[in-house]
Amino acid sequence: MKSSHQIELTAGIFLLLAIAALVFLALHATDRGVVSGESYEVTARFSNVGGLTPRATVSMGGVAIGMVDAIELDPETFEARVTMRISREYDNLPDDTSASILTSGILGDQYVGLEPGGSPEVLQDGDRILITSSAMVLEQLISRYMFNSEEGQGEE
Amino acid sequence: MNNGASHTVLTAPLRELGRAGLFLLTAFSRMRFGPRQLAEILRQVYFAGVRSLVIIVICGFFVGLVLTLQTYDTLTRFGAADAVSTVLALSLFRELGPVLAALLFAGRAGTSITAEIGLMRATEQLDALDLMAIDPMERIVQPRLLAGLIALPALVLIFNLTAIVGGIFFAVFLMGSDPISFWANMQSSVELMRDFGGGMFKSVCFGFVAAWLAVWFGWSARPTSEGVALATTQTVIATAIAVLVLDFILSAFML
Repeated sequence: MKSSHQIELTAGIFLLLAIAALVFLALHATDRGVVSGESYEVTARFSNVGGLTPRATVSMGGVAIGMVDAIELDPETFEARVTMRISREYDNLPDDTSASILTSGILGDQYVGLEPGGSPEVLQDGDRILITSSAMVLEQLISRYMFNSEEGQGEE
Repeated sequence: MNNGASHTVLTAPLRELGRAGLFLLTAFSRMRFGPRQLAEILRQVYFAGVRSLVIIVICGFFVGLVLTLQTYDTLTRFGAADAVSTVLALSLFRELGPVLAALLFAGRAGTSITAEIGLMRATEQLDALDLMAIDPMERIVQPRLLAGLIALPALVLIFNLTAIVGGIFFAVFLMGSDPISFWANMQSSVELMRDFGGGMFKSVCFGFVAAWLAVWFGWSARPTSEGVALATTQTVIATAIAVLVLDFILSAFML
């Protein structure tokens, strides 16, 4: 039988071990998002976001620079308003940057791809990206191909 | 209720539940925190937690191994072996970690709490404490309840960690996956609050229920050797059922 001093010491070590496991798992195994430091918000409107979900990646040139924060439906225009957080590291994006919803691979996740424009002005916190192109919806592509006339259905 | 027998069959479990609930209320209404109480809680954390460490670590490691083995095999058929760490981490954090650790905890620590208190009852130690004006609720019951609440989440954390180590051992060392993409895939799909935090919330609930049932069955055991044996069995059965039912309810609420 151990003395009560030793028991308390062992219990203390045990709890310390658990806290270490907590810190390690919380920091090392979970997603804190691409944006961990300073970030700023921009919004973009799409007529159709397809399968885009919050926390999806925002990338430019294939490099992840931020993530989707929220997706809401604008009650007046009935467009999807996508709020994105972009890392402060990339605060020099031109304000005519365009956004499109793309898919990584055939069955991969959807993400927002940004394409830089040429304007000397830069995007500020809270700005809106004006040039957008919606997600490709497979059914619409097929029906457009088959009937060749089905234009403007929910598109711009 | 037309006769006495069916009356008893129907109401006996309800009465038992009511008594267990009242018991819990009494235990909490007499809650006192002093340095002696804290030392006693720490002692019980040692008995419930540290003593369960061996079984938790070994089982955690092998659960991680077998989970990775199975998902690796299945996912390679779809050419998605990269997702193995995602499946491992999500199923561990959300379900398997809390549930398996709680079941092991019931078998290892719950039974020993029940047997200990049951024997205290059988050998009239609880009455002796009462005679010495020491409240057994405060001295015996509360530290064990609180220790369960603390020890099980700690064990779940260690279980999760060793299971991930087991998963890495299989995927990286045996199958030659890339450790960096293993971690990166895990990080990109596990959400801190929803997946990890949700699992930890579950483990706190399970720890509470497991400790409550263990203490209650020991407390209410018939003071004979058969009574204590029965109470120990009941602890395992009741905890297993309670944990699995509660797991479904909590999951349904959290998703």
